[in-house]
Amino acid sequence: MANLRMKVISRYIDKQTKAAPLAVFRIFFGLMMLISVIRFWANGWVNKLYIEPKFFFSYYGFEWVQPLGNYTYLLFIICGLSALAVAIGFRYRISIIVFFLSFTYIELMDKTTYLNHYYFISILSFLMIFLPAEKCFSLDAKKKSSDRVPQWSIDSIKLMLGIVYFYAGLAKLNSDWLVKAMPLKIWLPGRYDIPLLGDFLHQEWIIYAFSWSGALYDLSIPFLLLWKRTRWMAFAFVVVFHVLTRILFPIGMFPYIMIVSALIFFDLGLHERIISTFNVILSAAKNLLRIETTSRNGKRSLPMVEMTNSKSQFPHVEHFDDSRARGRIKTPQWKLTLLTIFFTIQLLLPWRYLMYPNELFWTEEGFRFSWRVMLMEKAGYANFKIVDYTNDETFYINNNDFLTHFQEKQMATQPDFILEYAHYLRDHFLAQGKEVGVYVESYVALNGRKSKPYVNPSVDLTKINESFKPKNWILPFEDEIKGI
Amino acid sequence: MRKKSLISMLIAFSLCALLIGCSDDELGQSGDNFDREAMLQNWADNIIIPGYQTYVDDLKELNSAVELFTTSPSSDNLNSLRSAWLEANLSWQAVGMFEIGKAEELTLINYTNIYPTNTTDLIETIASGNYDLTSVNRQDEQGFPAIEFLIYGIRDTDQEIIDLFLQETAEQPYKTYLNDLADRLETMAQSVLGDWQNGYRDTFVNNSGSESTSSVNKLVNDYIFYYEKHLRAGKIGIPAGVFSSEKSTGKVEGLYSGNSKELFMAGLQAMQDFFNGKSPNSNLAVEGEGLKSYLDFVNTVTEGEDLGALINVQFIAAREKAEMLSENFRTQVGNNNNLMLETYDELQKNVVNLKVDMLQSLNIRVDFVDADGD
Repeated sequence: MANLRMKVISRYIDKQTKAAPLAVFRIFFGLMMLISVIRFWANGWVNKLYIEPKFFFSYYGFEWVQPLGNYTYLLFIICGLSALAVAIGFRYRISIIVFFLSFTYIELMDKTTYLNHYYFISILSFLMIFLPAEKCFSLDAKKKSSDRVPQWSIDSIKLMLGIVYFYAGLAKLNSDWLVKAMPLKIWLPGRYDIPLLGDFLHQEWIIYAFSWSGALYDLSIPFLLLWKRTRWMAFAFVVVFHVLTRILFPIGMFPYIMIVSALIFFDLGLHERIISTFNVILSAAKNLLRIETTSRNGKRSLPMVEMTNSKSQFPHVEHFDDSRARGRIKTPQWKLTLLTIFFTIQLLLPWRYLMYPNELFWTEEGFRFSWRVMLMEKAGYANFKIVDYTNDETFYINNNDFLTHFQEKQMATQPDFILEYAHYLRDHFLAQGKEVGVYVESYVALNGRKSKPYVNPSVDLTKINESFKPKNWILPFEDEIKGI
Repeated sequence: MRKKSLISMLIAFSLCALLIGCSDDELGQSGDNFDREAMLQNWADNIIIPGYQTYVDDLKELNSAVELFTTSPSSDNLNSLRSAWLEANLSWQAVGMFEIGKAEELTLINYTNIYPTNTTDLIETIASGNYDLTSVNRQDEQGFPAIEFLIYGIRDTDQEIIDLFLQETAEQPYKTYLNDLADRLETMAQSVLGDWQNGYRDTFVNNSGSESTSSVNKLVNDYIFYYEKHLRAGKIGIPAGVFSSEKSTGKVEGLYSGNSKELFMAGLQAMQDFFNGKSPNSNLAVEGEGLKSYLDFVNTVTEGEDLGALINVQFIAAREKAEMLSENFRTQVGNNNNLMLETYDELQKNVVNLKVDMLQSLNIRVDFVDADGD
């Protein structure tokens, strides 16, 4: 029995297919990332988020990752160029490693900007380090001899996407989302100015319809994409859903990234067709630019075709027989082990909140890195009181002396930010030779509830150390959000 | 079959691009669920423009009073100058919070009401006779606090002040400077009012969308910023030593005239009136569209508490506490600072109501960056 299972697994691991889907994914991923970096820069966010602030909020254990002053721009250039290199498949392995490192470094510089989809990009690019995405339609492919890749390398991306969607769906199965239609009830009416749709967005039934269908969508879409018969319909859902979210919410590039990523679920044929389209476009562009060299006998060549390294134009795409290729590419054991560990972590990490006793939405212990996307509206206010022990005087902090508005907003609702900021304030006054205690009077409003005191105001935050232990200095939520 | 699919996919993509293009352009007309445009109209036509109109009129009075006093310095003329100064300053309290459009461009507030005025620099500047009031380095040497110093605080007694202006040297630097200050206030206010009257009003009202650069978003953020920084901190908190380890009697508004309380009360009243959409020219109890009615509308959607009523209750609580303060906050801070601190606490409670609860209910964002609610 165990033997049979091993056999099935090893047969799966050895199973091969053509590399086109991975190539298409690589190209779109690289281009999307390049656009993201350019857009981020063009919006002035490099300066605003990483150069202007005086102080940056660090992830626990990554305090050493700090912005590099004006060199931060260089970091973005490196990130953008490596994304481009990934897209064209130039020195792919090195490029994707550089991209992963530079992108992740950027994200670790300040957790104020944490977004689920940035985390998604980080782990996806990590995964891509181990995938042979350069085997086809890439500059690298010229040197290689085969454009076959293991089936698992394509499936691992599907699995990752499936986890993101499914867990995001599970996270929506709670009473605020399903019963109260929160936070959409706050968000949607505010977008009344959208053409056509705007007039409906304040209507109760529409808001509930959005909430319920959002949850249903997230839970079912990976399966609908997997199944051939529902795939096109599912992809139409993907497009509509993400275009809608793009219109309704300020979530940047995420919708586009998800739309093009979903293409990975399609058959080989579509991907090869996309690559042919790329080829045609590239050749046409070359013709247009007159870069193309006319050969001696006057025949025009299509130089980009050679990038694919395919001798013929995709024969028998439909019923591609992988049997003759089987066993030729051996996936090393270390890679399999690593990916198993990677996915085990991905599957378990979102559940870590179960180890904390308090309300997840309130304390946010275990909230991040678990695909809880667009799940709550939280607003807060934190007023820091400094008690100067050297002369027993008390005064309050004007947060804008130290933080940007954006940082202040994020800080006020998340306990780890509050604690880190309190320590920063302590160090600030310590440098002035003052021995101080730092207390905070704070209020947080969650999903339309009236704001309530958040942190115990009698706790001196300088006496608390950050850890993974439950933060018992957060005041109780005094309400219940039922659900997963 | 396959080709068809590919084509339909391409069509789908171009449709998205089209849709997205539309949303970025914000072509949208306001819907009819809550009429933000009506609220913006009420703000512009019944509150902001009349407010600036009164302010400009009062500055004209101030200018004439300055001219009269500098031409013939006398006790009577000094007194009418002082009351003109107070009148104009009180009208300013009603418009200071609208740092949008031309006012934002000029950073009107920084040239109008930065206190305390820097008396050392001020006297040096007057003596030099060489100054550019539009320079950012001169912000604390002009506006109401600088005029106040010149007509109340530059000498110990009224007679000495009158004598200073009477006995001016040939160049008359004090007279010139005082006239320049009054002129500058009027010029700036005229320019802001003129801008509202010549086009900005429509720009403001038509920008009724919900994106971060929309009028509602911007003005509400300005309003809360003014409440926190200028009303709560500037007028009460900073003098009372809330943000420093000691109190600063020298940082009160109306330091030389002793009108701190009157100015504060006018500011507080204006902030509450704006919240309720109430026009300063209206004696009607009926209030127009404003944050209060907007909150009332949203509350019916979110089934929340009556936040609008709560905020009004808190405004009243702050005013009741402030009624107990002395006319001059310098005396108050010196004699019984606790009352100042208690007033501060009452004001502070509304910061939470406005900044946390109101912003959440109205879904107004503090800043524009990608954020997906986590």
